[in-house]
Formats: sequence, structure tokens, C-alpha cells
Amino acid sequence: MKLLTCPMNGPRNIDEFQYLGPVRDDADPDTASDAAWARHVFRAANPPGRLLEWWRHVPTNFVFVAERDTVSNDVIRTFDPATAERP
Amino acid sequence: MVFRLLKYGLSHRYPVTGDIPATPDLKPRYDVVIIGGGGHGLSCAYHLARYHGIRRVAVLEKGWLAGGNTSRNTTTIRSNYLTPQGIAFYKEGLELFAAMSDELDFNIMFSQRGQLTLAHTEATMRAFHTRAEAGTYMGTRIEVVDPKGVEALCPELNMDYGGALEILGGLWHADGATARHDAVAWGYAAQAARCGVEIHQRTEVDGIEIAAGRVTGVVTSRGAIACDHVLIACGGMNYHVAQMAGVELPIRTYPLQAMVTQPVKPWLNILISSVSLHTYLVQSSRGEVVIGGGSDPYQLYSTRSTLDMKEHLAEGSVHLFPFLQGVRVLRQWAGITDMTPDYSPIMGASPVTNLWLDCGWGTWGFKATGVAGKRLAECIATGRVPAILHPFALERFERFALLNEMGATAASH
Ligand SMILES: Cc1cc2nc3c(=O)[nH]c(=O)nc-3n(C[C@H](O)[C@H](O)[C@H](O)COP(=O)(O)OP(=O)(O)OC[C@H]3O[C@@H](n4cnc5c(N)ncnc54)[C@H](O)[C@@H]3O)c2cc1C
Repeated sequence: MKLLTCPMNGPRNIDEFQYLGPVRDDADPDTASDAAWARHVFRAANPPGRLLEWWRHVPTNFVFVAERDTVSNDVIRTFDPATAERP
Repeated sequence: MVFRLLKYGLSHRYPVTGDIPATPDLKPRYDVVIIGGGGHGLSCAYHLARYHGIRRVAVLEKGWLAGGNTSRNTTTIRSNYLTPQGIAFYKEGLELFAAMSDELDFNIMFSQRGQLTLAHTEATMRAFHTRAEAGTYMGTRIEVVDPKGVEALCPELNMDYGGALEILGGLWHADGATARHDAVAWGYAAQAARCGVEIHQRTEVDGIEIAAGRVTGVVTSRGAIACDHVLIACGGMNYHVAQMAGVELPIRTYPLQAMVTQPVKPWLNILISSVSLHTYLVQSSRGEVVIGGGSDPYQLYSTRSTLDMKEHLAEGSVHLFPFLQGVRVLRQWAGITDMTPDYSPIMGASPVTNLWLDCGWGTWGFKATGVAGKRLAECIATGRVPAILHPFALERFERFALLNEMGATAASH
């Protein structure tokens, strides 16, 4: 089975993880237009190539970010967004 | 048909005629360029040439004909959706399938054997009642059946599984059907080619040209082409190809996996699907049991298969039919699918003039091969989007006017 390296628990079988989807910027609730809200709700990054995405290690409820290539399925890195700089 | 077959069989030299002409040289200009040589693109090309007299059409396919999801799907054809707009559209799709062998003079092996979807929870039963009411109102054949009714339709089913996931009832859709997927693509391709449509295999589009908000041509691996209209019908690559025109679609791309068993004697004469088990089965005319289920858990543009998904399909199948446990898996595969937030497709106009969309077909678009091509040909030929397509417009995501078919799509495709 494919392994995913959790920043807290180390490499684990990928079926221990829940996929939470691509990282996206929050819309500002005070200023965002209807169109901006619609974009925020329905559009997500979906490139053939590198993607930053949220994952959760279910048994420990630890949420982190992975950078993965969506064509080769290689995981480039995983990190805890609380401690790492987002590129 | 009968006489032609007899003549063919009795002739000394079997006439060897290819159905699809070899890829010709690209012309500098076409009226319509269709990106994607799957069933949808070919169906649109056929309808343009046959019904609208638009014959200067090029279908551009980066690989081989129908090598995308058209020949990877599990061929469920049905109209038992939830929304009136969805049911009306898929109903027309089913009717076109029923007439397709005659229309194309190509045996697509359409088999209307009915689909039974199983409920293992009360919540699913409630959803079935809603769908049965909606479908009846829209004039399709659909009804809720109790466990006795389920047993009568499929006596081989394991009804209680030791009490763990007992079958509480089902949704019987007598219109449900199956057909040979590659024949559908070949039939449309052969007839389109006969009408003058050019089919260019191994021709990849890597750019879409736009001037003053209007599409003017495409850039391909074999050179640039000018054209008046472009249709995007690229299956799993729709998000990527639309981006070439600066159109960002609300699509996320996931693999969908399936498998078939070794051939066994005919025993399953309907389509069976279980929402809770995320498994559906159909026995092909060769005797193989075709098994499909839910999507992969994360976004990916790869047709690799995984053991855990196959184990899941095997588990669901053995729950329903324990005697399948000794049967071996013969082939397994995956396709990449373009999933929309509401499990309905995106058809019609795009923000770029004369750039048309036939996208977001995800895990459920085979059944719409005829109708989507027919209706998009109408868009291109008349410049107007017919009423039946209005609910599927891209702008529904700006208006928050979603067409939610998630419950009617999951694990039944
Ligand atoms: C495992 C599986 C099971 C399914 N089961 C069902 C089912 O039971 N019932 C149902 O109704 N639907 C089902 N589907 C969905 C169905 O297969 C698709 O929605 C449908 O076939 C889409 O047809 P299409 O012609 O739009 O796309 P495709 O058949 O995928 O054709 C698109 C073509 O575009 C080409 N292309 C991509 N990019 C480019 C480019 N840049 N330049 C040129 N060409 C390009 C591709 O090579 C491909 O051949 C299933 C799908 C899968 C994967």
C-alpha cells in the first residue's frame, strides 16, 4: 500500500488518512463579492502536476499539508503548516 | 442486415473495409474542431454532419479513438436521477441509445434488462421513494420494491448477510440498460467519417487561440488550425484543456476503477447496484461479471489501479453474491474522471464566444453519449443553447443554482 509521511506520526499506510482537498485561500467575509464567494466555494486547484493539499491522519486527528504530483502520484513533501512556511 | 450478412458469409473473398479511415493530413481551416475523440466528441461530429450539414469538421484525438473513458466505463445506461432537469435529459439519452443500432447501422448490443439499486438503510429507502416519484412524474419506468420484490427480481442475492447489512428494498428501473461501449464510439466514428468528418488520431491539442473574446483556432502537435467553433470533450482532461482558453472549470479530477471476472455461465440478467456497499455488477454477454464502485479517495491524473480499491469491489460483490468468492479477476483498470461539485455535467456556452463545453461528465457520462453530442451539435449549428441544456450551464456555479445528483450518482454511475 502507498505510504504517506505524517509530520507527527511518520510514514503510515495511506488508508489511515483522510483527504481534505486542495489548499485554498479564504474569502474575506466582509469584502468578498458574490462572484468571489462562488469561486471560493466551487473552484479548487486541479492541475496535472504539483498540488498543495490538506490531509488528516485519522487515528490521531492530525491535520497537515502535503505537496504531491497529481500525474506521477509522488509525494514531494509533507509539513505541519503551523511550523513551516507556506511557499 | 440479414441479407448483407449472408452475402458477406458466402462471398469467396471477405471484403476487408476499415470502418475508420486512416488519419489524413491536417487542413489549415475547419468550420468546427472537436477536441477529444471519445464517444461524446464523435457523437457531436456525427450529429453536425448528418443533421446540420456541417461537414468541415475535424475530431482531434491525442491517443487512439475512444481510448479514454468511453472504452473504460462499465456501460450503465439509466435515467433514474433525482432532479426533473436531470431526468428529462438522461431520458432523452436513453431513448437515443435504444434507437442507436439502427441509426448507426452498427450493432451496439443495446440490452434493456433493467437496473435494481439496493437499500440497506431506511435513509436510502426514503431517497428511493423520492426518486421513484420524480421518475414516474417524468414518464420513466421506476418503482420502489420491498424485499420480496427484490428476491423475485434477483433470487441469487444474499438478502441478509447474517443480519449485518440486510437488504430492506430496492429501486427498480425497468428502463435501465447496457451496451457495448467501443461499438458506440466506432458506430459514431464510422458514420461521421462517411459524412465527411475527419478523424485525426494521435493529434494532441496544446493551445486554444482566442482573439477579441472569440475562439479562432487551436494549436496541435501536428500544427496550427483555424476554425470558427471549438468543442471541448476531453473526458478526464477537460479541466486542463479548458484552461488553455483561460476558462477555469469547477472540476476536480479523480480516478475511477473497475474490474471484470473470468467468464461464468449466465446467471445475472439485470444490473445490480448497492449504494451502501459502493459496488455494482453487471454480467456481460461474454459471461464476465463487470464490477464497479466508488471513486478513488484523492485527486489524481493517473490510470493506475490500487489493490485496496479492488479489494473493496471484491468485498462488496461477495457480500451480495457469496458464490462469487472463488471466481477470479480477469482484468482491472481505471479511467480519470472530471468531477463537478453537484455531480451534473457542464454543457453549452463558455465565457469565450464559440468555445463550447461538453465537460464534467465524471463517472456517469456514457449514457449521455448520444444526447450530449446531439444537443451540442444543435448549439454549434444554431448558435443557441436549447432549453434542455439550460440547467447544465457553467454559470449555475455563479448563481448557486446547483443541480444536485450526488445521491443518484454515487456507486451507480
Ligand atoms: C471505470 C469507469 C466506469 C464508468 N462507468 C460508467 C457507467 O456505467 N455509465 C456511464 O454513463 N458512465 C460511466 N463512466 C463515465 C463515462 O465513461 C464517461 O463520462 C464518458 O465515457 C465520457 O466520454 P467522453 O467522450 O466525454 O470522454 P472520453 O471517452 O474520455 O474521451 C475524451 C478523449 O479526449 C482525448 N483528449 C484529452 N486531452 C486531449 C488533448 N489535449 N488533445 C486531444 N485529445 C485529447 C482523450 O485521449 C480521450 O480519448 C465510467 C467511467 C469510468 C472511468
